[in-house]
Amino acid sequence: MAALPASPLVAAAALGKTFRNGTVALGRVDFAVSAGEFLGVLGPSGCGKSTLLRIVAGLTPPSAGRVLWRGGDERPGRIGFVFQEPTLMPWADAWENVYLPLKLAGISRHNAALRIEPALASLGLAQFATAYPRELSGGMRMRVSIARALVTEPELLLLDEPFAALDEITRFRLNEDLRALWRRHRCTIVFVTHSVFESVFLTNRILVMTPRPGTIAADLPVNLPEIRDAALRLSPEYAASCRAVSLRLAEAVA
Amino acid sequence: MSAGADIRAPSRLARLVAPALVGILFLILWEAVVRLWTIPPYILPGPLLVLETLAADGPGLFMALLVTLRITLAALAVSILLGGALAILFAQSRLLELSLFPYAVILQVTPIVAVAPLIIIWVNDTFLALLVCATLVAFFPIVANTTLGLKSADRNLVELFRLYGASRWQALRYLLLPSALPNFLVGVRISGGLALIGAVVAEFVAGTGGTETGLASRILEAGYRLEIARMFAALLLLSLTGIAIFAALSWLTRRLLAHWHESALAEED
Repeated sequence: MAALPASPLVAAAALGKTFRNGTVALGRVDFAVSAGEFLGVLGPSGCGKSTLLRIVAGLTPPSAGRVLWRGGDERPGRIGFVFQEPTLMPWADAWENVYLPLKLAGISRHNAALRIEPALASLGLAQFATAYPRELSGGMRMRVSIARALVTEPELLLLDEPFAALDEITRFRLNEDLRALWRRHRCTIVFVTHSVFESVFLTNRILVMTPRPGTIAADLPVNLPEIRDAALRLSPEYAASCRAVSLRLAEAVA
Repeated sequence: MSAGADIRAPSRLARLVAPALVGILFLILWEAVVRLWTIPPYILPGPLLVLETLAADGPGLFMALLVTLRITLAALAVSILLGGALAILFAQSRLLELSLFPYAVILQVTPIVAVAPLIIIWVNDTFLALLVCATLVAFFPIVANTTLGLKSADRNLVELFRLYGASRWQALRYLLLPSALPNFLVGVRISGGLALIGAVVAEFVAGTGGTETGLASRILEAGYRLEIARMFAALLLLSLTGIAIFAALSWLTRRLLAHWHESALAEED
């Protein structure tokens, strides 16, 4: 099932990336993401997983291969991107930060408000619309960043280790909320992380990557219940899944 | 007050009182020296005499100050427009920056006293000539700082703008300009002081001729006549003006950055 998705939204065909200084960041990477899928990309630091995400987003051109949308189109679809840091404009409050993509698209404040308020609310930020980034905690800033990525209703949401800098308690909360968000909206998500626990908790399928030059070592389905909450973290199934993925990651890194 | 005990965090009061005390002590010493050694006022007038002179000549000196202030503020305004525009051009095109920046540096390092006579010869209108001189002194910090600020926008934000298909104008208006605001304001604060210095230097070179002349001419005149107390009074006015300009621009900086910038936050609490 995972090997041949019925309708891939995005497919990476023989992607490779060699930097100008000669470093080979990506070997040869092939994968497909179907619409509505929650895909994890798991690998050690420096394995090129961020580079892969940037290529899919169109922020970096690949040295080899192509990214194909809906079975052949090379024009990228609507993308939401969440960086490792919240990457907010410090001079703008939460509302204004979430408005940014719509503002750049020429949508008036009045019309944008109908989309910004639900986006803020869905991340628990309804009370914080007028708060400036410096007044928010790290976790709340990341919530604003995710709200900004969601406000355009992207076809593909790309997240590049968004919770790596947060404390564990905050990260768990955000994982639960992100999973619930995905269940509600059924958006297509590619989530890059170096945490086995995070990738297993969040996603339905995990690509395990080898160290530089990055290639895909394994393509693993995550067979856990649809609804994932705090209780799942303590369940034997979750532990077993984490164990299985950890083993495959250890093989890939060795 | 435990102001003396805790050196790392002096209280607000100590911050005002300590320098004021030093100033008062210095003035008392100065007055005492002048009286004890009976130094004639055409060598060194005491602070009391300077104050008397300031009171007596106040209106005249104040009119001269207004002339100097007019040049200073005009030069600062031109520097802001010119410097800001140049910095934006530089940020748009690396080639343009490479070609023009060295000349901005040359203009900056050439001593204004050496160039001022030429400018005064070339430019007929005195006000305009002085304005050109003061602007030459003042515009560089704004160009340099704003250029730096425009280039230090958060790289991820730059990419985000690209991802959302922002036009060049949108990226400038919504990202680069706000990012550069703190650096721009640093430049403006430095330029404010330099504009005053530039205006006074230019007046010195231009000499005492003409009817509407600034404080520098008053200082020159007083020097020729050995009215040293008047010189001191004029100097005092100049210093106070410089301080006022700096304070006003600092206040403006804090106001504009109050919501978000670290520098403003540190001074806020």
